[in-house]
Amino acid sequence: MSATRGNGWTGVLALALIALVLAFVPLVAEKFYVQFFAKILIMAIFAMSLDLLLGYTGLVSFGHAAFYGVAGYALALITPQYQAANFWTSFPLAIAVSALLAFAIGFVVVRMQGIYFIMVTLAFAQMLFFLFYDTKIGGGNDGIYIDLRPVARIGDWQPFNLDNFAHVYYLALALFVLVFLLLRMVLASPFGRVIAGIKANEHRMQSLGYGTFWYKLACFVLAGATAGVAGYLAAVQFGVVNPEMLGWHLSGAVMMMVILGGMGTLTGPVLGATVWMLLELWFQDITKHWHLLMGAFIVLTAILLPNGLIGLYGSLARRLARNHD
Amino acid sequence: MDFHIFLIQLLNGVQYGLLLFLVASGLTLVFGIMGIINVAHGSFYMIGAYLAWSLAAQVGSFWLALPVAIALSVLIGLALEWLVVRWLYKRDHLYQVLCTYGLILVFEELRSVLWGDDVRSLPIPAPFNYSIPLTDTLSYPVYRLWISAVCLAVAFGLYFVIQKTRLGMMIRAGATDRDMVQSLGINIQLIYRIVFAAGIALAAFAGMIAAPISAVAPGMGNHVLIICFVVVVIGGLGSVKGALIASLMIGLVDTFGKVVHLELGGVKLLPELSSMTVYVLMAGILLWRPAGLFGKKL
Amino acid sequence: MSNQVFDRRKFLATSGAAGLAGFPAIARAQTAKIKVGLMLPYTGTFAPLGVAIENGFRLALQEAGGKFSGREIEFFKVDDESDPAKATDNVNKLVTRDKVDMLLGTVHSGVAAGMIRVTREAGVLHIIPNAGLAPVAGPLCAPNIFRASFSNWQSGFAMGTVLAKRPAVKNVVTLAWRYAAGEEFVKGFKDAFLKAGGKTIAKELWIPFPNVEFQALLTEIASIKPDATYAFFAGAGAGKFLKDYAQAGLMKSIPLVGPGFLTDGVLEGLGGVAEGVETTLHYGDGIESPRNNAFRLAYAKTYKLQPDVYAVAGYDSGLLYSAGLAAVKGDISKKADIIKAMERAKIDSPRGAWTLSKAHNPIQDHYLRRVTGNQNRVVEVAIKALDDDPAMIAACKMPG
Repeated sequence: MSATRGNGWTGVLALALIALVLAFVPLVAEKFYVQFFAKILIMAIFAMSLDLLLGYTGLVSFGHAAFYGVAGYALALITPQYQAANFWTSFPLAIAVSALLAFAIGFVVVRMQGIYFIMVTLAFAQMLFFLFYDTKIGGGNDGIYIDLRPVARIGDWQPFNLDNFAHVYYLALALFVLVFLLLRMVLASPFGRVIAGIKANEHRMQSLGYGTFWYKLACFVLAGATAGVAGYLAAVQFGVVNPEMLGWHLSGAVMMMVILGGMGTLTGPVLGATVWMLLELWFQDITKHWHLLMGAFIVLTAILLPNGLIGLYGSLARRLARNHD
Repeated sequence: MDFHIFLIQLLNGVQYGLLLFLVASGLTLVFGIMGIINVAHGSFYMIGAYLAWSLAAQVGSFWLALPVAIALSVLIGLALEWLVVRWLYKRDHLYQVLCTYGLILVFEELRSVLWGDDVRSLPIPAPFNYSIPLTDTLSYPVYRLWISAVCLAVAFGLYFVIQKTRLGMMIRAGATDRDMVQSLGINIQLIYRIVFAAGIALAAFAGMIAAPISAVAPGMGNHVLIICFVVVVIGGLGSVKGALIASLMIGLVDTFGKVVHLELGGVKLLPELSSMTVYVLMAGILLWRPAGLFGKKL
Repeated sequence: MSNQVFDRRKFLATSGAAGLAGFPAIARAQTAKIKVGLMLPYTGTFAPLGVAIENGFRLALQEAGGKFSGREIEFFKVDDESDPAKATDNVNKLVTRDKVDMLLGTVHSGVAAGMIRVTREAGVLHIIPNAGLAPVAGPLCAPNIFRASFSNWQSGFAMGTVLAKRPAVKNVVTLAWRYAAGEEFVKGFKDAFLKAGGKTIAKELWIPFPNVEFQALLTEIASIKPDATYAFFAGAGAGKFLKDYAQAGLMKSIPLVGPGFLTDGVLEGLGGVAEGVETTLHYGDGIESPRNNAFRLAYAKTYKLQPDVYAVAGYDSGLLYSAGLAAVKGDISKKADIIKAMERAKIDSPRGAWTLSKAHNPIQDHYLRRVTGNQNRVVEVAIKALDDDPAMIAACKMPG
């Protein structure tokens, strides 16, 4: 287990190393792949946020894309036509919108259990989806363009330019590292230990005097806000938001990434998102019927790997350790 | 809306609800009783429709094709349980979701390879291919009445088998405590296999008999999938009675939501936001009864 | 070696092959293959349309001897899965990764909207072979974006024109999926139909996209008893709607009309229930012109399939691009001249000759067709040389 969860400084060191390697991508790869890796980083953030609920708190949210999409729409709606929004105001605002939405929905749903929790989160996400899809609030079902990407200027100082695809990549990388460290910190803290306790046995925690409802709600809000980070970045990268960003297909896809990668860890969802997107790209170049390959891969992984891909790494590590004895 | 039209819309809603029940019944069995989350449920609805279409074209008769298609679906269900599903019983629900999600992709591609991507159509089979006049402009297709009758028959049949027969008793016991049932000498593995195959076959059967009045096309399983889960959840896990009532509620809400005009505080709610009605209904019911209408509290 | 006479052509060819910095652009502009990206649906319910479009384009190339202006074409294909969420990713595969010279796509309007987000910025030549969304020839028009198919409004306007001329049809109900395309068809219809005074729209009925449970709305139509129903659905939904409309007995009591997509490609297996339904489209069965006959013969011979309106659009896209290349003798670096030539092109199409509007949209005839057996047979020309929605024409600010 300790091989999969970076203990203390080993984990942080590993992260720093990976981040350093990733920092070289825009210097060696061409534009398409830089943007592709940026997309992987965005999905990794999204997946980590969902694992906070799925793996750590035991709350299976099937409407998580709502918080992702709503942040993107927040940016799109706050961007004046033919002008650019300010990054330093729009980014916190988008996160705040996601967090507020998560608080509102969470307040209602977090008291529910099991399959009913799953379906109620889906219900609220679908309601939001149809709000954007069937009305003119969000520009209808073709979505909204973000003509000009946000400008990151304070007075005369502009640290980066989001019209430059490499800068978008570095922003995504920086946020990925920040989110990873932040979530790690939260999960290792006393708060995180209560969450783990709630997942193991909520009644016991309640009998110990913990207000489990508020802990679960706090987690739900944190997960929603983090998903908002990913959604904002996605809107910046693509320059267009559409209702599918809130849809259940996306909620389902990111859930698959988390389960595939391995729940209950932070590296699992990152691995799941990376593998998923790389396989999609690779399979699509092989055959028109690439869904068959993807589907077969998923079925086999689900059957053969009881802890997802990260479990594979764990068991390999254990086998290596055994061979050393 | 005058009373005459109201009655007809009521009929529309009930008929749609009954068909929903038929499609969701297999999911009630598999999910409610076996506890297996099969998100590929919609794929079997699609497979049933395509089987009906292709076999009817080859055999020349819908009624001859139907039993063949049902038999094939049962075989597919048994094979799938043996190959894939039986590894998942002891696993976390989410791995079942992941696995069956992969199956959706596989089945969609197999459908494309076997039957292509064109939109297909199946004529309504005789002797039901006529309509009864209801008003001077509107008629009602008799086939829809027949489908409704079949759905009701299936509802009663399921209820009877599960609540009143020995097999049903074993199934219910196995759902509550698998190991105990096994230790009593009952082959729980066989029972699970039968129930799973039955669930698959029910979904396929729904696709088959709905095919003449729907469009046999790629992606037809996806639309139906989410509604099925909504039905099962509103009704309460494992309750056939609940699934039936939930289906009727959804059928009525969906139908009337499309034609009723509702405005609150200047905001046009219906029929503009009619897509939302089902989800608002589900959220409302779950907040009132957190285990669904007739589900057991977790 | 040093005594060899300097051969300019060989120098350029070899340096082009070697990919020396600075020279590749010039060399590719003149001798190497032109890269055409096809972003079309190759899976899912629109797959047959994607295949037809590609077939049509390739036929145009084949008839030109396999080369446009002496240049061979290298195709890059991406399956857009008709998924708007993946639109920008997919178009970037062609524009940013494969760096195509011309992009052909797509069918689904939502995907096309995502595509032009990228192509407008990148400036790459983009021909749309189907998606009829209004903004393409309106606020989102751009010099590098052309459409070789139609705008949704046109078909609606054509049918509105037809019904406006029939004194017996005074009161019409419209019914469509509530999304951009549905709204555009209905607007086009209303614009023409209501212009003729004394006409009313009894009710505008909408159903969420892609819901296909029509019963409730059919009952509503029956209770309103209009003189005609104008309905828009497409693909699987259209087939189901035609059957449901017939089974509700409405086909006998309330005439059904719509844009061509209501009846195109769905008639087989309907058992003749849609017989007599009238639609308008810029193409149809039975256009007896030498051009159309030659096209249909060549298409059937090459692909063992019957061509449809989508194949025509692909074919015409090829003709359009070929016209542009002809003006610059295949030199793709002269983009501005290619665009000017395409703007001025008169396309000798199987549908009839058409030209480009200022917003790069086809100005074309629309036909009135009637369902006869499994065909949509052309009855007459509904309206000639139809441009586009005046609101969109005004909204398109094309530079220069």
